[in-house]
Amino acid sequence: MAAHGAHEHPPGFAHQFEDMAQQKEAGTLGMWAFLVTEILFFGGMFTAYTIYRELHFESFVTGSHLLEVKFGATNTYVLICSSLTMALAIRSAQTGKRKGQIIFWLILTMILGALFLGLKLRFEWYRDYVDGIVPGINWAYHGPHAPGVQMFMCFYFFMTGVHALHMVVGLGILTVLVIMTARNKFSPEYYTPLEISGLYWHFVDIVWIFLFALLYLIGGRY
Amino acid sequence: MSTATADIHDRPPESRVNYLNANYGIKSWLLTTDHKRIGLLYLGTITFMFLIGGTAATLMRLHLVEPQGALLEPETYNKMFSTHGIVMVFFFLVPSIPATLGNFLIPMMIGARDVAFPKLNLMSWYLFITGCAFALVAILSGGVDTGWTFYPPYSSLYSHTPVVVMALGIFIAGFSSILTGLNFVVTIHKMRAPGMTWFRLPLFIWALYATSLIFILGTPVIAITLFLLGLERLLHVGIFDPAIGGDPLLFQHMFWFYSHPAVYIMILPSMGVVSELITAFSRKKIFGYSFVAFSSLSIAVISFVVWGHHMFVTGQSVYAGLVFSVLSFLVAIPSAVKVFNWTATLYKGSISYQAPMLYALGFIGLFTIGGLTGLFLASLATDVHLNGTYFVVAHFHYIMVGGALMGYLGGIHFWWPKITGRMYPDMWARVAAVIVFVGFNLTFFPQFVVGYMGMPRRYAVYPAEFQVLNVMSSAGASVLAVGYLIPLVYLTWSMRYGPEAGPNPWRAAGLEWTTPSPPPTENFEVPPIVTEDAYSYPIKQPREYPNAPGVARV
Repeated sequence: MAAHGAHEHPPGFAHQFEDMAQQKEAGTLGMWAFLVTEILFFGGMFTAYTIYRELHFESFVTGSHLLEVKFGATNTYVLICSSLTMALAIRSAQTGKRKGQIIFWLILTMILGALFLGLKLRFEWYRDYVDGIVPGINWAYHGPHAPGVQMFMCFYFFMTGVHALHMVVGLGILTVLVIMTARNKFSPEYYTPLEISGLYWHFVDIVWIFLFALLYLIGGRY
Repeated sequence: MSTATADIHDRPPESRVNYLNANYGIKSWLLTTDHKRIGLLYLGTITFMFLIGGTAATLMRLHLVEPQGALLEPETYNKMFSTHGIVMVFFFLVPSIPATLGNFLIPMMIGARDVAFPKLNLMSWYLFITGCAFALVAILSGGVDTGWTFYPPYSSLYSHTPVVVMALGIFIAGFSSILTGLNFVVTIHKMRAPGMTWFRLPLFIWALYATSLIFILGTPVIAITLFLLGLERLLHVGIFDPAIGGDPLLFQHMFWFYSHPAVYIMILPSMGVVSELITAFSRKKIFGYSFVAFSSLSIAVISFVVWGHHMFVTGQSVYAGLVFSVLSFLVAIPSAVKVFNWTATLYKGSISYQAPMLYALGFIGLFTIGGLTGLFLASLATDVHLNGTYFVVAHFHYIMVGGALMGYLGGIHFWWPKITGRMYPDMWARVAAVIVFVGFNLTFFPQFVVGYMGMPRRYAVYPAEFQVLNVMSSAGASVLAVGYLIPLVYLTWSMRYGPEAGPNPWRAAGLEWTTPSPPPTENFEVPPIVTEDAYSYPIKQPREYPNAPGVARV
């Protein structure tokens, strides 16, 4: 508490902590714990997916054939690139580069994230809607294994939808980070918000890689 | 309270700046990030929800006075037991001790100024009241009739009640639990005062740590399960509906993967409270500190691998049933460790029977009965007979009411002087504790008997030969209701008229008792440095409170 006088606070320091090191450790542990809850959250869906794929294997292969691997693969590439730019943003803060450089990498990350969502929306969900393979909203599939294919498409939309929601939240976080960087909140000594937001962003990417494998690669069209 | 003497405490609480009078007005409460105020916000909210859940229970018990039902339409009865279960589980018991006493006490017990993320803590409360608001909307628009378990396909296809609104309320309140658990885990890991090593932590902290792990690992699963259920109901797509290839058993697996550990979310914090009470009122160090600490963690771990015992007769494979049965028996080991260690702590202690201690002793007895009858249900063969009967109802009420709620009330009585700076009338508190104990047993013991005789739960009518036992149970419920209302009156009274408590009215160990009552906004006037183990009894009455035993001045 000796360092608790208002004049000694470094920027971004919160009153409940003793020093910056404690604040950094708390923030990092908090984000890891949050990611554990996210794993359990997606884990529920992955478990249900796995069980139904076991029960209705043929239907799931047929359903997967409705998806086009080229879009999924492009988006996978886009997201992996965005993970790289995110890491470069953190690296720039860590090595004390100009704030313009940090902001450049952050905005590039946001552009790649938005590109992912745009591609998903325009070339996949919108076309699925037109083709009548959106369960509950526009369902006109009359091919083989119709009930099982419907279930597969349910999982496809739930899982990619929840993932896209996480991307949107991520874009919001990145916007906040850009503003914080512009206001000189970060230094090589303290860039924890950048670092733990990076953890979140990479986590969302990893979830997509699992989704890509489970949804597209088991029988998708090339 | 004769120990609440004024000589150690020359100034009345109001003349010192504390967390209650640091600033005034609605806004200072609604925008507070002080963990103590947030704890009180939760206390008000869950008390309100408890009254709603209690009202539903009262109507049920009134209805069951007569075999053909005395009061309600069968459909209304279904809504009453569903409302009672949902409100009491998700909106009262799960947040009860963690969100009120946990929020208030964790930073104080470990010697911190606040939790690690105070704004997140406030956000958790807003999420919680949003969830409560959805639940209230669902109740006011008729209430759901699915039971608290929401089993599909009834809940997803057939029920004509606002299932989605209620599920959404639970979903949102779930995120409150997740964030609270996350906050506690980080706080306990990173915010401990100098010298507060893991094995000097009060056992309440160990219990809350184990609870928080369940919050983090379990709650996301119920969230995604209710999310899928809501989508199935809204979009009429098959996830759990067997008519289009879905599997209702999967819902049950995913539901109980959270909801069984949720039982330990309810009971573990109470066990933590009881460890504090037993030591304080027998003036002894806890017997086997590390065993009690690790029994909390092992209960949390085992809780995740026993969910299948809710599904012995629902079509789960017999071999899975065997494994789940054996694993369920394992829970008895850490539970018994706790009971034996508490008993050993009492041995040759100088025991005083003040109100919190009465609740703690009540807890030990009732939890033991609840735990042992759990073994009947964990056995495959007896469960076939007892499943779905009032025996199950009685068993889990012995755990959740006789255990969790007794611990909660004991904790509220124990830390009330710390929270408000005032004492309540001890005589009334002891009378209320005895009334609760008697009323509880009169309500639920007959249900063991009537359940064993074969009366199924959730039915609005029953054969005439069960009437005597049902009337006993209903009579007990009204005694119990009186027992709950008395503390509501005298605790409210004490906030204004109670005598000053002083910093440590019970002469208890623990950092929270070394600071004034009510505590200052940042908890400690002098940051504590811990030099002793927990429960270093006997404690002398501190002459000057920042220098209490075990705490050195910086």
